Amino acid sequence: MNTLLRRSFLPVFNNTFRGSCRSFADAAINEKIDKIVKNNKVVVFMKGVPDAPRCGFSNAVVQIMRMHAVPYVSHDVLSDENLRQGIKDYSNWPTIPQVFINGEFVGGCDIMLQMHQSGELVEELKKVGIKSALLTAEETKKEMEKK
Amino acid sequence: MVYTEEYIKEKLTKELDAVHVEVTDESDGCGAKFSVLVVSDKFQGKPLLARHRLVNSVLQEELKTIHAFTQKTLTVEQWKQQ
Repeated sequence: MNTLLRRSFLPVFNNTFRGSCRSFADAAINEKIDKIVKNNKVVVFMKGVPDAPRCGFSNAVVQIMRMHAVPYVSHDVLSDENLRQGIKDYSNWPTIPQVFINGEFVGGCDIMLQMHQSGELVEELKKVGIKSALLTAEETKKEMEKK
Repeated sequence: MVYTEEYIKEKLTKELDAVHVEVTDESDGCGAKFSVLVVSDKFQGKPLLARHRLVNSVLQEELKTIHAFTQKTLTVEQWKQQ
C-alpha cells in the first residue's frame, strides 16, 4: 500500500515541484535579459567575445558592428547555459547571435547582414542617436571632393 | 533525426506556398547546417524579421537540431528582379 501510494503520488509531487522551480528560474533570467536590453542602446548576445568570437555568425555580427563603429554591450552565451536558452525564449528566436537595439530584437546574422547591405542599419542606428562610421566616412569624402 | 535538403525543401514549399525554394546542406552531410532561399508571396508586405520568423515557425521542430541556419526570403517580384 505504501509503495503504491508513493508511486502514484510522488511523480505528481516531483513534476509540480520541478515545474515551479524551473519557471522561477525562467522568470529570473527573463527579467535579467529584459534589464540588459533596456539599459543599453545596442546589445549583442553571441558565442565568445568580440575579440575572440567562437562562431562564424557571431564573428560576422562583430565585424558589422566594427565597420559602423557601433558602441555595444556583448554577452557570451557559451559561458552561461541559462542565458543561452533564456535569450532564445525571450526573443522567440532559435539561433545565436542576436542583436537588440533600444530594447527591441532586431535579428540574427542574416538580418544584420542584409540590413547592412541595404543601408537600413545606418538608419536604425540614426534613430537611436548612433552615427555610423560609414556615414562619417562618406561625408568626409564628399567634403574632400568639394575642396 | 537527420534532415535532408529534400525534406526541408518539401516542407517549406508546402507550408509557405513557395514558388521557388533552394536548400543547401552546408554540413557535409550531418544535417546540422543549412542555407535556404525561399520565394513566396506570403512574404508580401512583411518586414525582414517577420519573414524570417515565418520560416522559423515552419521549421520550429527541425531548428532544435539544425545548428546553423541561413535564410533569404524574397517575394516573387523581388526574385524576378534579381
